[in-house]
Amino acid sequence: MTQKHTISILCNDTPGVLTRISGLFSRRGFNIESLSVGNTEVKGKSRFTIVVQGDERVLEQVRKQLQKLIHVIKVWDIKAETAIEREHALIKVDVQHGRKGELLQIITAVGGRIISSFGNLWTLEVTGDPGQVDNALNLFRDYNIVETIRTGRIALER
Amino acid sequence: MKKGKVTGAKAIVKALEAQGVELIFGYPGGANLPFYDEMARAPFRHILARHEQGAAHMADAYARATGKVGVCTATSGPGATNLVTGIATAFMDSSAVVAITGQVSRHLIGNDAFQEVDTTGITIPITKHNYLVQDGDELSRTVAEAFYLAGSARPGPVLIDVPKDVLLAECTPGGPEPPQLEGYRPTLKGHPGQIKRAAAVIKAAERPVIIVGGGIRTQASYDALIALAERNQIPVVSTLMGKGGFPNSHPLYLGLYGYHGRVAANTAITNADVIIGVATRFGDRSTGSTLHFAPQAKVVHMDIDPAEVGKNIEVLIPIVGDANHILGELVEQLPGASHTGWAARLQEKAKAHPLADLSGEVTIPKVLRALKNRCPDPILVTDVGRHQIFAAHYLPVDSCRSFLTSGGLGTMGFGLPAAIGAKLGRPDRQVVAVCGDGGFLMTCQELVTAAVENVPILALVMHDNCLGMIRQLQHAFYGKRFVSCELGDAVDFARLAESMGCLGITVAREDEIGPALSRALESGRPAVLDCRIDAPANVYPMVTGATLMDYIE
Repeated sequence: MTQKHTISILCNDTPGVLTRISGLFSRRGFNIESLSVGNTEVKGKSRFTIVVQGDERVLEQVRKQLQKLIHVIKVWDIKAETAIEREHALIKVDVQHGRKGELLQIITAVGGRIISSFGNLWTLEVTGDPGQVDNALNLFRDYNIVETIRTGRIALER
Repeated sequence: MKKGKVTGAKAIVKALEAQGVELIFGYPGGANLPFYDEMARAPFRHILARHEQGAAHMADAYARATGKVGVCTATSGPGATNLVTGIATAFMDSSAVVAITGQVSRHLIGNDAFQEVDTTGITIPITKHNYLVQDGDELSRTVAEAFYLAGSARPGPVLIDVPKDVLLAECTPGGPEPPQLEGYRPTLKGHPGQIKRAAAVIKAAERPVIIVGGGIRTQASYDALIALAERNQIPVVSTLMGKGGFPNSHPLYLGLYGYHGRVAANTAITNADVIIGVATRFGDRSTGSTLHFAPQAKVVHMDIDPAEVGKNIEVLIPIVGDANHILGELVEQLPGASHTGWAARLQEKAKAHPLADLSGEVTIPKVLRALKNRCPDPILVTDVGRHQIFAAHYLPVDSCRSFLTSGGLGTMGFGLPAAIGAKLGRPDRQVVAVCGDGGFLMTCQELVTAAVENVPILALVMHDNCLGMIRQLQHAFYGKRFVSCELGDAVDFARLAESMGCLGITVAREDEIGPALSRALESGRPAVLDCRIDAPANVYPMVTGATLMDYIE
């Protein structure tokens, strides 16, 4: 059954490792839904969180092919039940035509913050699991959104 | 130069020496000249190919024929891109090659400098691993790691790209430290529980079949496979890559299976209740449609690469590890189940479907049979195309590491340079390349290499003035519309060979085949037989439908 899987990859932080990993996905026809990468607590090691779409068999191939890369140390499949997942979004809203009070209520309700206000433009931030961020973006849609950006998912097991 | 310091080029040469390198195949250019300058004083021999692709195929075939790591080198830019076909060929057939390329100096990288190309970027998908060495002190360790990676577990090509200024700069040559690769821990021994389960399934089987793939490359695993098949009377079929993995004259051997498989072999697969896949990846040219593949069979699959197990077909019992170890254990646990009735039925089937004897003056089967009479145990190298399948069917190979072909990538032009590399690695063996006229022309300049370096190989050019496999496909699937497969009759391969310093003989009549072969084999020189094939002839059997049993014979 095709579904989304979150994969965590611990690898050496060397030049070209992103190319090796992303290139593997594209040339083997695996779909990356989101990818994020950053340093870890260990010097010289990075952790990728990749969301990939596919059935069990595809997922197994993804894992095994990743494991073949010499710079990849470990690959986990993060199970939704035990995962802590976070995304981060920035939303720029034009508040010229009022409804500021209403907007403030929503910001509070979704646990967001106003991180900058510049003339009529407010920049908001929201952090949460993918569902919470989806929800917040939906609620803001009724206001005058100028632009948004959203990070890929990061995940750890509990 | 300070005490204890050497140039980067010298560090590489010393590191290659430490690996016991005897031969390196290559072509010089601006960016790798410091390395060439240093090689003049190296203890190993350099073979100057006439094209970098040839150098890569030579290193690849040297590795396939000897079991050692083959080494090739080229300069930056076009030198590196010319290596690419050879590296990809080695990658697809899991051959242990280390390629060392020159790169523009570090301060020029990324500036579109003269003869600059992103060599490591280009070769990521076709190497087991690659390196761009930015620090000379890393060179010794990198070379050691590259050899270890190329030759261990599932072998494959590893490329080391070295900027010219790193080759010239002072560096500290490293000692022979063992490589420490946190992300590379191959499983060599099969899981005992899985082996036990496999033994139970094989024991209970009524119609078991062994599929041997390209991964049987040591005498020990070759012998273990024979023992397993013989003691339990299990018929054996092979992939094209696996042809050299089991003695072809053995009564249990049914030949190639798959797209161009023998009828008995494809019948065995289709009716088997248990399939034992040994070091094979169940590639599409073998299985055909996976939906219809071996419909009744439980599959036991052993391979050293975990990613191959379960990749193409469903497997009941996966065993990851070295075939040598797993087969040895299986032989211990299966001292002699008997499936003689099954094997005998398949042998009958094989007898009922013999290979066709083509009529005509000079035909490919006639040339191949005459070769077998005069040269019973050669290292047989092929190019790619129709002659390749003819060679696989009509020339039995009865020793390990003795059938070299470009099975995975299907690289036309592989044959001649591969024969040269194999002969240089195994001067004690006769090495014969069977080529078509199309593929031979792609790398025929390597005849000069054979002549100058005095490498006495024999190349048989099956000269039928057409691209045979293309013609066969157009015959079968494109309404006999023969487009761009006619080569014309302009080339005289005997004179071409003579002009490049080799012995060239034309074979136009049946009674000339034997004497020409004898003369070539006894000459002690690199030789080309221009075999004027009467008329293009298709190679059969050939699967044309959805299952392996939908074939033309």
